[in-house]
This record gives sequence, C-alpha cells and structure tokens, in this order.
Amino acid sequence: MSISVEANKGELAPEEQKRLKADLHRSLRRNKIRASMLVAPLVIFIIVTFVAPIGNMLYRSVDDPLVNEFMPQTTAALENWDEQQLPDEAIYAALAQDIIEGRKAKTIGKAAKRLNYEKSGMRSLIMGTSRKHKKLQAPYKESLVDIKKGWGDIDNWKVIKRLGASITASYYINAFDMETSPEGEVSFVDPKEQIYLKLFWRTIWMSMLITGMTVLLGYPVSYLLASLPLKTANVLMILVLLPFWTSLLVRTSSWIAMLQAQGILNDLLVWFGIIADEARIQMIYNAIGTVVAMTHILLPFMILPLYSVMKTVPPSYLRAARSLGATPWTAFWQVYLPQTVPGISAGAILVFILSIGYYITPALVGGQSGQFIGNLIAYHMQGSLNWGLAAALGVMLLVLVLGIYGVYNRVVGTNSVKLG
Amino acid sequence: MAVPSYAGPLERTWYYTFRFLCAAIFIFLIAPILVIVPLSFNAEPYFSFTQGMLTLDPDAYSLRWYEEFLTSDRWLESIKNSVIIAFFSTILSAALGTLAALGLNRSELPFKGMIMGLLISPMIVPLIIAAAGMFFFYSKLGIAQSYIGLILAHTALGTPFVVITVTATLSGFDHTLIKAGASLGATPTYTFFRVTMPLIMTGVISGALFAMMTSFDEVIVAIFIAGVEQRTIPLQMWSGIREQISPTILAVATILITFSVIMLSTVEILRRRSDRIRGIT
Repeated sequence: MSISVEANKGELAPEEQKRLKADLHRSLRRNKIRASMLVAPLVIFIIVTFVAPIGNMLYRSVDDPLVNEFMPQTTAALENWDEQQLPDEAIYAALAQDIIEGRKAKTIGKAAKRLNYEKSGMRSLIMGTSRKHKKLQAPYKESLVDIKKGWGDIDNWKVIKRLGASITASYYINAFDMETSPEGEVSFVDPKEQIYLKLFWRTIWMSMLITGMTVLLGYPVSYLLASLPLKTANVLMILVLLPFWTSLLVRTSSWIAMLQAQGILNDLLVWFGIIADEARIQMIYNAIGTVVAMTHILLPFMILPLYSVMKTVPPSYLRAARSLGATPWTAFWQVYLPQTVPGISAGAILVFILSIGYYITPALVGGQSGQFIGNLIAYHMQGSLNWGLAAALGVMLLVLVLGIYGVYNRVVGTNSVKLG
Repeated sequence: MAVPSYAGPLERTWYYTFRFLCAAIFIFLIAPILVIVPLSFNAEPYFSFTQGMLTLDPDAYSLRWYEEFLTSDRWLESIKNSVIIAFFSTILSAALGTLAALGLNRSELPFKGMIMGLLISPMIVPLIIAAAGMFFFYSKLGIAQSYIGLILAHTALGTPFVVITVTATLSGFDHTLIKAGASLGATPTYTFFRVTMPLIMTGVISGALFAMMTSFDEVIVAIFIAGVEQRTIPLQMWSGIREQISPTILAVATILITFSVIMLSTVEILRRRSDRIRGIT
C-alpha cells in the first residue's frame, strides 16, 4: 500500500484520505470480528446449555397443554359456549367421546389430574365417569348427569373451558397464593392459608438475617486481617479459605455433627454443666440450624470482598483522626467505616443473592421451619410433580435474584468480581 | 496492629476483647471442618465423640469407615463418575472460558457488558432454577440421565470461574508484547503459544481448578439430571445424609477436606507466582 503525498502541502489527496479511512474502517471491523469470534463459542454454549433451559422453564410456567391435548373435542366444542347456562347436548356428546377415547389411550387421567389442581373434585368426577363409561349413551346430557351429578354443575364446565386455553396464568395465580372463583375473578386466599408468599417472605427474611450475621462476623475479622502484617494475615487467611474450598455437603454434615441433640455442642454444654443432660437444646432441623450452617458457609463470601476493600484504606487516616483529637469510636465511625461501605455492600448483596436461592443446606438441616423457597420448588419438581407450579415459582425467584443482581451491578460493577 | 503507646486502659481492654472476638470467629470458621477428621475414625457407628475417644483409648478409633468406603461398590462407582464428569467438564470449561476471556479483553468487542453478564449468569442464577430448567430441556433433547448431559451442565456452571480468573490475569497484561512478537516476525499463533499462553497460564489453571471443584461439589443439578448410572460423590453423600446417616460420610468428608487443602495450596502458589511474574506482589 503506497501513500502519495501532494507535493509541498503535506496533506493527503482527497481520494487517498478516502482510501485510508476505508482501510482503517476495514481493519477495525476485522478486529471486531476477530474478538467476537473468540467469545462466540462460549456465548453459544451458554445460550444452548444454560439460557435455553431457563427460557424453556419460563414457557412452561404459562404453558398448559394437558386439558387441551387430552380432551380435544370438549375444548373445541366449549369455545363458543357463553357460560350463561349448562352447555347443550353437542358439548356433552363431545365430552363423552373424549372420556371414552381418553380411557382407551390412558390419557384421561392426566387431564383429570390437571383439572384437579384447579378445583378439587374434578379428578373423581372425570375418573368416576370414565369407570362407568359403559353407561354412556345418547342423549349424553342426561346419561352423564345420571352417572355423576357434577356434570350438572355449571362451575365444573367453566373450569374445563378456562383450562382448555393453552396459555394460562393459573400457575402464577397459584404461586401468588391467589385463587380463581368460578366466575373467573382472581383474589387472594385467606392469609392463614397462604403457602408460597409466606415462604417467599420467610426466605427473604432469613436471607437478610444471614446477611446481617455475616456482616457482623465478617467485619471484625476482615479488619484484623487488613491491619496485620501481610505474612501473618496470609496465614490466618487459610482459616477463611479452607472452609471456602471445602465441599458444601461436608460443611453441612459437620454442622449436623456439631448441633444435633447428641452432638458436640450439646455435649460440651452438658459437660460444663450449663444445661442438664435431659434438657439438651434442639439446635438443628429448624430455622436455627439453617441460619447457623448458612452463615458459616457464606461467611467467606463476605470476608473476601471486605478484606480487599479494607486493604486499600490507608491506616494513616485513622492516626490522623486520632491526632486531631477524635476518640477511637469517632475515628472509626466517621473516618474508617464510610470508606469500607463499598466492601460491605458488595459482600452483603453477594451473600444475599447466594442465600436466597439455597436448597441443599435448608433441606438437610432446616427441618420444617428452616425451609426456603428453593425447597418448595424441588418438592413440586420431584414430589407433587406439579411442574407448572414449580416453573412459576422458579421464575418468580429468578426475577427477584436478577433484580437484586441489577442493583449489585450498579453498586459494584461486574468487572470487579474476584475470586480468592 | 499493636496497641498504640498512647492507648489508655479502656482502649487496651477493648484491644484484647477485639482479639478474643476475632479468635472466636476464626474458631467458628474452622471448627466444623476440624471436628470431622477425628470423628471419621470413630469405631462406633455414631456421629459424636464416644467416651473412649475422649480418653484417647486406641480401641475407640478405627479405620472401619474408610474400609467401608473403599469396599462399597456404590461409593467406588460414584468416585469413577465424579472423576469422569469433572475431567471432561473442566477441560471444556477451561478451553471455552480462556478463549472468551481473550475476546473480552479486546477493546474492539461490541456489547461487552451484556456478554459479560451472560457469561457469568451461571454463577448468579440460583442452582435450583438452573437444575429445574435443565431437567425439562435436557429430557426433551434426550440427554438427561446421561454423562453428556451432566458434563454439559457442569461445564456451563464452571466457565464463569475461568472467565473471571483469566480476565483478571489479562488485566495486567502488556499488549505491546504481542506487537513486539509480531514485529519480530512471529505468526499470531506462535505469539499466542510462546508469549500470551505462558503469562496467562496461572489464571487458566486456577480457573480450571475452580471449575473442577464446582463439578466435584455440585449436587443440585446432579439430583435432577443424573440417572442411577451417573451417581456422583456429592449425590451419594446427599442420599446418605438423608436416608441413613453413617460415619462413612465423615470418612468421605475427611478425604474431600484433604483434597480441598491440596487444591487451596495449589491455587495460592499459582496466585503468588502470577503476582511475581507480573511484578505486583
């Protein structure tokens, strides 16, 4: 590439300027593409293996194909029904067909189960009819009401019609502890019967408690580490890093050994004569167990960011404050603490985000009172098999976590995430 | 931090109280881990110290739980599974993560913030949500209850660590070195392997170790997508703690603690080496 310079002027000819600009542009774009190519494999990998599954779950939380799929004729026939009075003979005939065919294909039970989540009694209504399918005959309206009185109840039909739509808000309605009346109105259930909102509040509250505990325990230790000579601090740092590197299950099981009724802490208390042998304290399989074990597990996540911030605070500031006549307390409160606030907030948000999604530790040491929302998601995934509800609860938790993470990003910035 | 000479008696008292408080917190941090070790040599099937253990009676100690661990088919199978899954997911995480970190380090990369957010999302999203989503999605793809499914899942969870550690190493990287390599006639590939790689190697290895620990310790995703054939060590421990709690778990825990000590020392040595090379210390 040759560049011809116009004689005496030291300026480039217009066409040369243009060409140079284009060259620069091309080379910048090439660099851009090269950088993107390096990042692309991982971006694609994460999208396929991680983001797509979560997106799929999002879809599942509103997707409701069961009734639609397994009672196709009824849902089709109900589309034009006005919900004012009982459906006509044609719709009853469609239902009879669906039940007979669904019985043969063994799929009617799935639709019945889904309907039962919405209104209890639907399952026995459908399955009872299905068992007596031989009695089904025209006119279907009469014979169905004859088999099960429920078919004469307009509310049951409204439930079928509502669930016949393939997109549903019913899982979210359920997850927010609300219910839908037969008229289609959504309202909160009696506060005494709340399950999920209560558990969300408890999860948030306990996570805040755990975060508070880690600040309380982490602050003095980080201060000590930051003010000791580097050699001593590095040795003591092992005591922080070893738990950090130890398996979560190991730490949880050691808390079982520590806290259980026949455990080490109770043994020590009895040995010192603080409590009687019969009056051993129940410290595990309840909220205390969850808080203690999780505080221990998450404490390093508080100490590490706090320590790295405290390292940057010059000790001369404190001495200056003292020399100007401040009491130790004033010097700490007015001079030192404000400079460590970024560390506290970084650590606190990190601990809070991690703790709010916990599942393993509450499941193992939490008993009844120490369960988190994650445990209920797992229960609906594996126990009750109500996957739509599990997905809806999962999406709610995800929104909560991402919201807090957004704040974290504002406060700290992603690039300052450090390990060890 | 020593008591300053001008400190009054009140301040001295506070100084020692503070030291005592810190010692108590350090004990809180380390005691649960240290307690496990002697308990794993318990001769009785209990989770607590027996009278004999406290009086240091040699008969109260035994290796029976270690023997049980090493002779049980289920445990041996779980070791094999954990090693296979951790091995492949670590290599995949390290390769993908290092490449991405090199790209993220270039100033020309568009949408940097968004990409970084996406890449570290496996660290932020609660595992229970990821596990539930993977359960549905991987079943649909037909890779649930298979080694491939678990390896892919663990790779996704491990890559953020590699991205973060390698990005951190690269932040002190002198880019003129690459230009120097090029000006001396080296091809980009040659420069990468002879100049860039040795300098970022410590970051790559410690990131890979983090990824390996993640896979080795991961239980929630395993609960949801591992089949009977893919039971890993944490999964075996999980069901052991839930069903019938036997000191075999403590023996496994002790072995895992030894493992963490080795890991921790390796990462620390690497970190110091990296600081030295980059002239930080």
